[in-house]
Amino acid sequence: MDTTLTLAIAGIATGCVYALVALGFVLIWKATQVVNFAQGELMMLGGFAGLGLVTIGWPWPLALAGAALAGALFGLLAERVVLRPLLGQPHIPIVMTTLGLGFMLKGAVTMIPGAGAETHALPTPFAGQSIAFAGATAAADHFLVIGVTLLLGAALFGFFRLAPLGRALRATAQNPRGAQLVGIPLARMQGTIWALAAGLAAIAGMLLAPLTFVHAHMGLIGLKALPAAVIGGFGSIPGALAGGLLLGLVEAFAGFYAPEGVKDIAAHVLVLAVLLLRPAGLFGRPQENT
Amino acid sequence: MRRTLVVIVLLALAAAPALLSPWGLSQLTFVAIYIVAGTGLMLLAGHAGQLSLCHAAFIGVGAYVEAILHARGWPLPVSLLSATILASVTGIVAAWPARKLSGIYLAIATLSFGFIVQEIFMRWESVTGGNAGLAVANLDAGRFYWLALAASLGALWLLGRLLAGRLGRAFIALREDMTAATAIGIAVPRVKVTAFALAAAFGGLAGALYAHQLRFVSPEQFDWVMSIELLMMLVIGGLGTRAGIVIGAVFLIVLPQAIALLRDGLGWVTPPAGIELFAFGFALVLTLRYAPAGLAGWLGKSASL
Repeated sequence: MDTTLTLAIAGIATGCVYALVALGFVLIWKATQVVNFAQGELMMLGGFAGLGLVTIGWPWPLALAGAALAGALFGLLAERVVLRPLLGQPHIPIVMTTLGLGFMLKGAVTMIPGAGAETHALPTPFAGQSIAFAGATAAADHFLVIGVTLLLGAALFGFFRLAPLGRALRATAQNPRGAQLVGIPLARMQGTIWALAAGLAAIAGMLLAPLTFVHAHMGLIGLKALPAAVIGGFGSIPGALAGGLLLGLVEAFAGFYAPEGVKDIAAHVLVLAVLLLRPAGLFGRPQENT
Repeated sequence: MRRTLVVIVLLALAAAPALLSPWGLSQLTFVAIYIVAGTGLMLLAGHAGQLSLCHAAFIGVGAYVEAILHARGWPLPVSLLSATILASVTGIVAAWPARKLSGIYLAIATLSFGFIVQEIFMRWESVTGGNAGLAVANLDAGRFYWLALAASLGALWLLGRLLAGRLGRAFIALREDMTAATAIGIAVPRVKVTAFALAAAFGGLAGALYAHQLRFVSPEQFDWVMSIELLMMLVIGGLGTRAGIVIGAVFLIVLPQAIALLRDGLGWVTPPAGIELFAFGFALVLTLRYAPAGLAGWLGKSASL
């Protein structure tokens, strides 16, 4: 029982990070019909930005906000410089461009002298503490990750439901031409969604740090978050969150009970099963899957 | 003009063993191997329009089959053929979930398939040697060059023949408009599976040669980065053209050497790790932005001006 609960908390915490990265994938996909394969690298960039800010003495919560802002600005820049010129092209060139962007980011970070090729610890204010919870103990960091994700989820929900910008973004995702007709500037919406997705990725990078450290290859997590998004139903925001949490839980339990290696490919086996049996994802509607 | 160019290139390739250092010859052999692998992926991604992100898995299966059979003393033609066939079977397995998917869902399914195959290389230790990998006996470098060269020219020739035929036209129809292809009576799922099987067969042959060239196979060689690099190579070379395969393969091999030269020129003691990755990504982004038809298309345009 204790083990189950501890595993579940750890799984949910990892799942929250997957969910945040998956959310970035889904936001960009919904708004621009582009799968951003650089999403994992944007997360890595956020991890390094946070690391830099903490190193120069910023307190952790401020560094989190700073990393999110830096990530958002970078997302804005990447959309404007790299992706907007390709607007309207078929999907292979655009997907390849995001892959190229990912390679560039990973290469550039690795090139940072004295830091890029190393693995860094980025401790949260609660590092090393644990909390007893219903008969089980779990790392305080796990609760921090879950808490921040919940807050972000609530904030995003409010933003998309209530804020004029959020509603404009939803309109753009539903019907770009219709949105344009009622006066929503499409290009600016795309930039905004990239900023939002990259900001979320940066936060995910800082939240992942206590679980796996900060290093140039941490963007590989993105290649698990992408299947997580598909498992939940690509194009559905609650689906992305659910897919991320599901994957985190499956990995936590597989890592404990299943033979070595099962944990590492759980995401990929699950996504193939979902694509075979229910191509629209667990929460998607069939007609969305084209 | 074009014929003259081909004749010159063929003569240069024939003279290469006499002219090049052993190192140069091995680089040329790598180019030939990448051409074989690239031909398969070009067929699938460039002509049939199926964005596959697991080509490294097919190359890996070919490499492991060759490593294992060669160690057991199988004659080279038989082991190469076995590697090609088993890789092709892997391609059919990969195509099974993929046959009803398209676009980005296909990309994700193949990406995940590649991760699973790599995990099998790692965990099936009794056969693959796990993370420690397998050593492969080397072949005579001079004769091996001819083998790789023959394989690359044969692959390019075969692709040309294939595209001239009914199946090749079906591939292109698939890429251009799947609904229209279905409407004119093309069995889309079957053609897709065929494209995967053929692409994987080329990949398997390339993998078998790759195993001999490196004399070592291990799981991390066949990771997703290899699949992406091959795709990038084709996009930079020029998607949908045979010249693009050759130019892309040369680019892939020359890029690290160019960076090494640049390093000497700038007086860096050690190049910062990651510069190759950065340069490769940058080259790709630039190509897609300014020369969407790739270097082959760009050269073709400049030549006709």
